Amino acid sequence: MNCKSIVKEISNYLEEALDPSLKTSIEKHLENCEDCRVVVDTTRQTIQIFCNSEPAPLPEDTRVRLRDALFKHLNKLRTGPRV
Amino acid sequence: MSASKLNPLQPRTPLPSQVVKDDEGALVAAAKAGDINAFETLVGRYERKIFRLAQNITQNKEDAEDVMQEAFLKSYQHLGEFQGNSRFYTWLVRIAVNQALMKLRKRRPNQVSLDEEVDTGEDTMPREVEDWGPSPEERYKQAELGGILSSTIAELEPPFRIVFQLRDIEELSTEETAEALGLSVPAVKSRLLRARLKLRQKLNRYFRQGENS
Ligand SMILES: [Zn+2]
Repeated sequence: MNCKSIVKEISNYLEEALDPSLKTSIEKHLENCEDCRVVVDTTRQTIQIFCNSEPAPLPEDTRVRLRDALFKHLNKLRTGPRV
Repeated sequence: MSASKLNPLQPRTPLPSQVVKDDEGALVAAAKAGDINAFETLVGRYERKIFRLAQNITQNKEDAEDVMQEAFLKSYQHLGEFQGNSRFYTWLVRIAVNQALMKLRKRRPNQVSLDEEVDTGEDTMPREVEDWGPSPEERYKQAELGGILSSTIAELEPPFRIVFQLRDIEELSTEETAEALGLSVPAVKSRLLRARLKLRQKLNRYFRQGENS
C-alpha cells in the first residue's frame, strides 16, 4: 500500500470498518511510515476534539427570546386555538 | 520529536455520549402526555447543542436563533409522530438541520446544493505533516478551544461542514446522516473523509508542536 491509499482509508480505519486483511496491510504500512502515522493520529485527534467539545452557554438575550417564544406557543397549543 | 508517543495503532476508544441521559425516554413520554415541564427540561438539556448546530450550519446568529426556536416548537407540535425507534435527540437534530438548511438556501441560493458532485480529489492529500504537541484540550482553555473549533469549521464549504457536524459532532451514524440530508451513504463517506482531512489541516496551525497558544 502507498501513502495515498492509506489516506483514502483513514475514515474506515479509524471507525474500524475494514476487513482484517486490509487492516493488517494498513498497519504494516504505518509501522514503517512516520508521515502516515502522524496523519492518522492527528486525524483521530481532530475527530475527538470536535466530538468532545462542549457547546458554549447560550447568550442571555438568545435564551430569553427562546423562552418567550416557547411560552407563547406552548400555551397556545395547550389551550387550543381561539375561535 | 519523538514518534514513540504516537499511537495510531491503538483503537479509537468509544466516546461516551454527552447527550443521552437515561431519563430521556421518560421525559419524552411525559411531554407527549402534555407535561410542559418535561418538555422544558428537554429544551434546557439540548438548547446549547442545537444552537451550536444551527450556528455552524447557517453561520449567522439571527438565523441560528430562529432555527433553534422553530426546531423546538416543531418538535413539540409533532411529538405525537415521534416513534421512539431512534433517540429523541437524533430526531430533534434532523428537524433542526432541515430548518437550518432552509435558512441557508434562502440566504445563499446558488451555493448550497448538498447532493451535487463534489471534487474529492488531490487537494485532500495532506500537505503539512507535523506531529501535534501536548493534548490541545490541555493547552487551550475551553472557551478558547471552542472559538478555534467554530472558526475552523466555518471555513469549510456547506456540504462538508454539515456532514461533519452531523457525523462527528452530533454523533449520528453514517446512515442517519445520509437519511437526514437526502444523500447516499457513499456520498456521506466521501464528504466526511474530505471534511476530516481539511479540518486536520486547518487545526495544524494551532496544535502543531512548538506552537505557542
Ligand atoms: Zn505512508
